[in-house]
Amino acid sequence: MNYLQSIGEYLLMIKGVFGRMTKGSVLKELIFKEIDELVVGSLGIVAFLSFFIGGVVALQTALNLSNPIIPKSLVAFAARQSIILEFSPTFISIIMAGKVGSFITSSIGSMRVTEQIDALEVMGINSLNYLVFPKIIAMLTYPFVIAISMFLGVLGAYTSAVLGGFVSSEAFITGLQEDFIGFHVFYAFFKTFLFAFILATIPAYHGYYMTGGSLEVGKSSTTSFVWTSVVIIVTNYIVTQLMLS
Amino acid sequence: MIEIKNLHKSFGEEKILKGIDFVFETGKTNLIIGQSGSGKSVLLKCMLGLFTPEQGTIEYDGDAYSSFNEEQKRDLRTKVGMLFQGGALFDSMTVEENVMFPLRMFTKTKKKDLKDRVHEVLERVNLNDTGQKYPAEISGGMQKRVAIARAIVNRPKYLFCDEPNSGLDPHTATVIDNLIHDLTVEYDITTVVITHDMNSLLEIGENIAFLKDGVLAWKGDKTQIFKTEDETVTDFVYSSDLFKKVRVAQQRGI
Repeated sequence: MNYLQSIGEYLLMIKGVFGRMTKGSVLKELIFKEIDELVVGSLGIVAFLSFFIGGVVALQTALNLSNPIIPKSLVAFAARQSIILEFSPTFISIIMAGKVGSFITSSIGSMRVTEQIDALEVMGINSLNYLVFPKIIAMLTYPFVIAISMFLGVLGAYTSAVLGGFVSSEAFITGLQEDFIGFHVFYAFFKTFLFAFILATIPAYHGYYMTGGSLEVGKSSTTSFVWTSVVIIVTNYIVTQLMLS
Repeated sequence: MIEIKNLHKSFGEEKILKGIDFVFETGKTNLIIGQSGSGKSVLLKCMLGLFTPEQGTIEYDGDAYSSFNEEQKRDLRTKVGMLFQGGALFDSMTVEENVMFPLRMFTKTKKKDLKDRVHEVLERVNLNDTGQKYPAEISGGMQKRVAIARAIVNRPKYLFCDEPNSGLDPHTATVIDNLIHDLTVEYDITTVVITHDMNSLLEIGENIAFLKDGVLAWKGDKTQIFKTEDETVTDFVYSSDLFKKVRVAQQRGI
């Protein structure tokens, strides 16, 4: 019953977010601020992780290809497929659930604890629109982060595979272009948009409806991370079933 | 003026407000006092429109809140200033941005005029040089004054204060009390203050509502409350040792 109630509350929250809009000029500033905090602020960690995970994927593939019949270009093919299809959109999103999601929950939760949300409501401001809508719009730029992640992942794979002496540069480039299906990129970005919405709204829900004090802010951040990750994984499964199988 | 008539509010089976009638007068500091759980905060939240009462009316200058449509309710909220217990300042904004916030949200004034008004209000609460600081960088008393500045920057008709002195030393508490009183007279607004602080009663208690178990147990002003023989009131007012001693001294004619 609690889960059903939470789903209902979440849906009502989404309705509230798109209710009475905040003044345009204020909203514009909030959106740019959120883009800076949520998206631009995550570029460093995403770049670092993508480059090295891409490198490890290529390394592992190369080390496990002991059969001389299998072409070395498969290293690049396997790295490309795993990075574009799953690593960048899904696993980076789960990492973002920890970084961005916890930030959203704790910042909104702190505002709840210190009555800042009540202050907005008393002023006649739609607090859900003021707090959550800019985050949703800011997260629309999230696919750019994933595009960068894909590029750096492949670059990492190239660096480790070619500089490590496992594959020649030509073989890697050939493998990278082999059986390329454009629809896979569309699929990756389609699910990235869904994950962006999940990343903005589920942590916001946990922060907005939290009760208690600072200890509960911490607990809500943890719960928010767990649920955001679960929803991302389940959504990923459903979207993959619907689009690729 | 805010007039409350026969106000009832329950949460489930629990009746919190049991038919309250009271008039909060304009140009006066109206105090709501009572023990924890007496219904003060619920009454305040009903007046702010955050809770909907089951029965009774709240009239703002003769107009019943329950008869307002959404636009009228929003319009009313722009005329309300609220001072929260903890200040409720926005952490991510400077003092100046905090005070400017209601103006930015509800007016189309040019930025220079907004800044002029903000500086005027900050000067009024004696905070001239704190505009660029963040709430975390100033003291609790200063935060309360910033919150007052934010509450009055829009020239509200109604000012609500939820325990404005909580967490403050006696001197700063008196400064805040006097500031609230002076602004009430200066702006000719209806001010409603929830307090537990007996010093506030002495300082600014011009019209007092004493709540007990969800009913209005007593009403009067600061001179009357220290003379009343009503035990429900005296039990509350003289619950501290200091006030007990003052009462004994009064009775002995010292």
